[in-house]
Amino acid sequence: MQKQHAIESIISAAFAPQHLELVNESYMHSVPAGSESHFKLVLVSDRFSGLRSVARHQTVYAAMGDMMQQIHALALHTYTPEEWQEQGVAPESPQCLGGSKHDHH
Amino acid sequence: MDIMDQIKEQIEANNIILYMKGSPNAPQCGFSARTVEALMNCGERFAYVDILSNPEIRANLPRYGNWPTFPQLWVKGELIGGCDIVTEMHAKGELLPLIKEAAAG
Repeated sequence: MQKQHAIESIISAAFAPQHLELVNESYMHSVPAGSESHFKLVLVSDRFSGLRSVARHQTVYAAMGDMMQQIHALALHTYTPEEWQEQGVAPESPQCLGGSKHDHH
Repeated sequence: MDIMDQIKEQIEANNIILYMKGSPNAPQCGFSARTVEALMNCGERFAYVDILSNPEIRANLPRYGNWPTFPQLWVKGELIGGCDIVTEMHAKGELLPLIKEAAAG
Protein backbone atom coordinates (compact mmCIF):
# COMPACT_ATOMS: atom_id res chain seq x y z
CA MET A 1 0.00 0.00 0.00
CA GLN A 2 3.04 2.30 0.09
CA LYS A 3 2.66 3.75 -3.40
CA GLN A 4 -1.09 3.98 -2.99
CA HIS A 5 -0.68 6.21 0.07
CA ALA A 6 2.15 8.20 -1.50
CA ILE A 7 0.12 8.94 -4.63
CA GLU A 8 -2.97 9.86 -2.63
CA SER A 9 -1.03 12.34 -0.53
CA ILE A 10 0.74 13.88 -3.55
CA ILE A 11 -2.56 14.36 -5.37
CA SER A 12 -4.43 15.64 -2.31
CA ALA A 13 -1.77 18.25 -1.67
CA ALA A 14 -1.58 19.39 -5.29
CA PHE A 15 -5.25 19.51 -6.25
CA ALA A 16 -7.34 19.95 -3.09
CA PRO A 17 -9.75 17.48 -4.73
CA GLN A 18 -13.48 17.39 -4.09
CA HIS A 19 -13.34 13.72 -4.98
CA LEU A 20 -10.33 11.43 -5.21
CA GLU A 21 -10.53 7.77 -6.06
CA LEU A 22 -7.32 5.82 -6.54
CA VAL A 23 -7.87 2.20 -7.53
CA ASN A 24 -5.03 -0.31 -7.64
CA GLU A 25 -5.81 -2.24 -10.83
CA SER A 26 -2.56 -4.20 -10.87
CA TYR A 27 -4.45 -7.46 -10.35
CA MET A 28 -5.84 -6.99 -13.89
CA HIS A 29 -2.34 -7.22 -15.34
CA SER A 30 0.48 -9.72 -15.74
CA VAL A 31 2.37 -8.68 -12.62
CA PRO A 32 2.91 -10.53 -9.31
CA ALA A 33 0.08 -10.56 -6.75
CA GLY A 34 0.22 -7.56 -4.42
CA SER A 35 1.93 -5.34 -7.00
CA GLU A 36 1.43 -1.60 -7.14
CA SER A 37 2.02 -1.12 -10.86
CA HIS A 38 -1.27 -0.10 -12.47
CA PHE A 39 -3.52 2.54 -10.98
CA LYS A 40 -6.65 4.37 -11.99
CA LEU A 41 -7.18 7.86 -10.67
CA VAL A 42 -10.52 9.63 -10.70
CA LEU A 43 -9.98 13.23 -9.70
CA VAL A 44 -12.46 16.05 -9.30
CA SER A 45 -10.99 19.48 -8.70
CA ASP A 46 -11.63 23.17 -9.32
CA ARG A 47 -8.08 23.36 -10.68
CA PHE A 48 -9.23 21.77 -13.94
CA SER A 49 -11.61 24.58 -14.86
CA GLY A 50 -10.71 26.06 -18.23
CA LEU A 51 -8.12 23.38 -19.01
CA ARG A 52 -8.38 20.94 -21.90
CA SER A 53 -7.86 17.23 -21.14
CA VAL A 54 -4.23 17.21 -22.30
CA ALA A 55 -3.35 20.11 -20.02
CA ARG A 56 -5.22 18.50 -17.10
CA HIS A 57 -3.29 15.28 -17.46
CA GLN A 58 -0.02 17.17 -17.81
CA THR A 59 -0.64 18.94 -14.49
CA VAL A 60 -1.26 15.56 -12.84
CA TYR A 61 1.93 14.10 -14.36
CA ALA A 62 3.88 17.17 -13.24
CA ALA A 63 2.59 16.80 -9.67
CA MET A 64 3.43 13.08 -9.71
CA GLY A 65 7.02 13.78 -10.80
CA ASP A 66 9.33 10.79 -10.20
CA MET A 67 6.43 8.70 -8.93
CA MET A 68 5.42 8.20 -12.60
CA GLN A 69 8.67 6.27 -13.10
CA GLN A 70 7.81 3.91 -10.28
CA ILE A 71 4.52 2.71 -11.72
CA HIS A 72 3.54 1.22 -15.04
CA ALA A 73 0.22 2.87 -15.77
CA LEU A 74 -1.98 5.62 -14.41
CA ALA A 75 -5.39 5.79 -16.05
CA LEU A 76 -6.62 9.34 -15.55
CA HIS A 77 -10.16 10.66 -15.41
CA THR A 78 -10.21 14.33 -14.53
CA TYR A 79 -13.32 16.42 -13.98
CA THR A 80 -14.35 19.82 -12.72
CA PRO A 81 -17.01 19.65 -10.00
CA GLU A 82 -19.64 20.67 -12.56
CA GLU A 83 -18.61 17.93 -15.01
CA TRP A 84 -18.53 15.37 -12.24
CA GLN A 85 -22.06 16.28 -11.19
CA GLU A 86 -23.22 15.55 -14.74
CA GLN A 87 -21.17 12.40 -15.28
CA GLY A 88 -20.84 10.91 -11.81
CA VAL A 89 -18.92 7.81 -12.88
CA ALA A 90 -15.60 7.20 -14.61
CA PRO A 91 -15.07 4.70 -17.45
CA GLU A 92 -13.71 1.19 -16.90
CA SER A 93 -10.03 0.50 -17.61
CA PRO A 94 -9.02 -1.91 -20.41
CA GLN A 95 -7.99 -5.50 -19.83
CA CYS A 96 -4.30 -6.35 -19.95
CA LEU A 97 -2.62 -7.79 -23.04
CA GLY A 98 0.63 -8.76 -21.37
CA GLY A 99 2.78 -5.76 -22.30
CA SER A 100 3.99 -5.11 -18.77
CA LYS A 101 6.03 -8.31 -18.91
CA HIS A 102 8.52 -6.15 -20.80
CA ASP A 103 8.89 -3.78 -17.88
CA HIS A 104 10.80 -3.87 -14.65
CA HIS A 105 8.46 -2.16 -12.23
CA MET B 1 20.38 12.39 -36.31
CA ASP B 2 19.73 13.44 -32.73
CA ILE B 3 16.85 11.48 -31.22
CA MET B 4 14.87 14.63 -30.40
CA ASP B 5 15.23 15.79 -34.03
CA GLN B 6 14.13 12.36 -35.19
CA ILE B 7 10.99 12.53 -33.05
CA LYS B 8 10.27 16.06 -34.27
CA GLU B 9 10.63 14.95 -37.86
CA GLN B 10 8.28 11.98 -37.36
CA ILE B 11 5.64 14.15 -35.76
CA GLU B 12 5.92 16.86 -38.39
CA ALA B 13 6.02 14.47 -41.35
CA ASN B 14 2.92 12.53 -40.29
CA ASN B 15 -0.39 14.30 -39.77
CA ILE B 16 -1.64 11.37 -37.70
CA ILE B 17 0.89 9.35 -35.73
CA LEU B 18 0.36 6.95 -32.86
CA TYR B 19 3.15 5.91 -30.52
CA MET B 20 2.05 2.61 -29.05
CA LYS B 21 3.11 -0.71 -27.54
CA GLY B 22 3.02 -3.28 -30.31
CA SER B 23 1.39 -2.77 -33.71
CA PRO B 24 -2.21 -1.92 -34.68
CA ASN B 25 -2.83 -5.59 -35.54
CA ALA B 26 -1.02 -6.91 -32.47
CA PRO B 27 -1.12 -4.35 -29.66
CA GLN B 28 0.85 -5.37 -26.57
CA CYS B 29 -1.06 -3.38 -24.00
CA GLY B 30 -4.75 -2.85 -23.25
CA PHE B 31 -4.38 0.92 -23.32
CA SER B 32 -2.69 0.83 -26.73
CA ALA B 33 -5.32 -1.64 -28.00
CA ARG B 34 -8.20 0.57 -26.97
CA THR B 35 -6.61 3.67 -28.49
CA VAL B 36 -5.77 2.04 -31.81
CA GLU B 37 -9.29 0.62 -32.02
CA ALA B 38 -10.80 4.09 -31.68
CA LEU B 39 -8.39 5.42 -34.28
CA MET B 40 -9.03 2.60 -36.76
CA ASN B 41 -12.75 3.26 -36.35
CA CYS B 42 -12.19 6.63 -37.99
CA GLY B 43 -11.25 4.84 -41.23
CA GLU B 44 -8.20 6.92 -42.15
CA ARG B 45 -4.60 5.88 -42.64
CA PHE B 46 -2.21 6.73 -39.85
CA ALA B 47 1.43 6.22 -39.01
CA TYR B 48 2.51 4.33 -35.92
CA VAL B 49 5.71 3.63 -34.02
CA ASP B 50 6.06 0.53 -31.82
CA ILE B 51 7.91 1.91 -28.81
CA LEU B 52 8.72 -1.59 -27.52
CA SER B 53 11.05 -2.06 -30.48
CA ASN B 54 12.27 1.56 -30.40
CA PRO B 55 13.66 1.97 -26.88
CA GLU B 56 15.33 5.29 -27.65
CA ILE B 57 12.05 6.85 -28.72
CA ARG B 58 10.35 5.32 -25.71
CA ALA B 59 12.95 6.90 -23.44
CA ASN B 60 12.85 10.36 -25.03
CA LEU B 61 9.34 11.03 -26.34
CA PRO B 62 8.04 11.65 -22.79
CA ARG B 63 10.43 14.64 -22.56
CA TYR B 64 9.41 15.90 -25.97
CA GLY B 65 5.70 15.97 -25.20
CA ASN B 66 5.79 16.45 -21.43
CA TRP B 67 3.80 13.22 -21.28
CA PRO B 68 5.28 10.22 -19.42
CA THR B 69 3.13 7.32 -20.67
CA PHE B 70 2.09 5.43 -23.81
CA PRO B 71 0.17 5.33 -26.08
CA GLN B 72 0.38 8.91 -27.38
CA LEU B 73 -1.66 10.22 -30.30
CA TRP B 74 -0.24 13.19 -32.19
CA VAL B 75 -2.30 15.00 -34.82
CA LYS B 76 -0.85 17.78 -36.97
CA GLY B 77 2.09 18.21 -34.64
CA GLU B 78 -0.04 18.47 -31.52
CA LEU B 79 -0.35 15.97 -28.68
CA ILE B 80 -3.98 14.89 -28.46
CA GLY B 81 -3.49 12.57 -25.50
CA GLY B 82 -3.29 8.99 -24.34
CA CYS B 83 -5.86 6.21 -24.05
CA ASP B 84 -8.21 7.97 -21.64
CA ILE B 85 -8.48 11.15 -23.71
CA VAL B 86 -8.70 9.46 -27.11
CA THR B 87 -11.38 7.03 -25.87
CA GLU B 88 -13.35 9.87 -24.34
CA MET B 89 -13.13 11.93 -27.55
CA HIS B 90 -14.25 8.92 -29.57
CA ALA B 91 -17.26 8.41 -27.29
CA LYS B 92 -18.21 12.08 -27.62
CA GLY B 93 -17.87 12.01 -31.42
CA GLU B 94 -14.96 14.47 -31.33
CA LEU B 95 -12.29 12.14 -32.65
CA LEU B 96 -13.75 11.47 -36.09
CA PRO B 97 -13.84 15.10 -37.32
CA LEU B 98 -10.34 15.71 -35.96
CA ILE B 99 -8.94 12.67 -37.79
CA LYS B 100 -10.89 13.36 -41.00
CA GLU B 101 -9.62 16.91 -41.10
CA ALA B 102 -6.03 15.84 -40.46
CA ALA B 103 -6.23 13.14 -43.14
CA ALA B 104 -7.51 15.68 -45.63
CA GLY B 105 -4.32 17.61 -45.04
